[in-house]
Amino acid sequence: MLELVGFGVIASVAIVAALAVVLWRNLVHSVLWLAVLLLATAALFILLGASFLGGIQIMLYAGGVVTLMLFAIMLTRRRGGVGVENETAPQRRFPALLASGTLFAAMAWAIHRTEGLPTEPQVPIQTSDLGFAFLSDHVLAFEVLSVLLLAATIGAIVIARRRDFGDAGPARPLRGAGSRIVRGRAR
Amino acid sequence: MTLSMCLYLGAALLCIGIYGVLTRKNAIGVLLSVEAMANSVNVNLVAMSRYFGGTTSQLFAIFVMTITVAEVAVGLALVILFYRALQHTTLDEATQLRH
Repeated sequence: MLELVGFGVIASVAIVAALAVVLWRNLVHSVLWLAVLLLATAALFILLGASFLGGIQIMLYAGGVVTLMLFAIMLTRRRGGVGVENETAPQRRFPALLASGTLFAAMAWAIHRTEGLPTEPQVPIQTSDLGFAFLSDHVLAFEVLSVLLLAATIGAIVIARRRDFGDAGPARPLRGAGSRIVRGRAR
Repeated sequence: MTLSMCLYLGAALLCIGIYGVLTRKNAIGVLLSVEAMANSVNVNLVAMSRYFGGTTSQLFAIFVMTITVAEVAVGLALVILFYRALQHTTLDEATQLRH
């Protein structure tokens, strides 16, 4: 019973926060509502017995991703107010509502029609089991994932590096072989 | 609390995220909605692991988290590049591949 009350509170907070992320006009407030949504999801993970994932969620998303988003907003903000720069497109509101509403109706119908969904929870999984599965059965996926992270990090640096866009300011010379080219372009 | 309640919650969050992706004009706003969608998938996966047992669905949730973070890093780098080229981040006016 207590679990049900907790689920109700978490679910309502999550849905309100998700609606605020999507509808709020101020982009900075939208990011803060996203942090609320992610924290509510972390609480749901802990309620569902996945406390390790809840911890990761708090550290990685509520700590890292939200900070990164705020940095990006501050870097790309036009001068003079952030109030109306996040408005939704009026001509797309009704088709988007139709599309998402139809999809939700289809999914809810599918969940409603599925018989034999379990109602009794199993024993929660220990974190040590997760680590063991990662390094035994799924070790290849784990290694590929780490290569993906490395590639994404290098790719983000390469994409966002200042190069030759108009008045982007002086290019920061890198140490090593590429530095002469960068400096030459800046002059 | 049953599995179907968690599935309904995940479906609702996913559809709210889709509405945001379709209506937002600002590129960072679209990225925020994509984050909300990935988050709703994780809700489903963790609920499945609770009610069916086994470690695989939690591993999938960790994969989803990692790939989402990588996507956010690359996406924000693209947004910054976009802003540097056009001085705004409105997606409707991004009609060219080259500046």
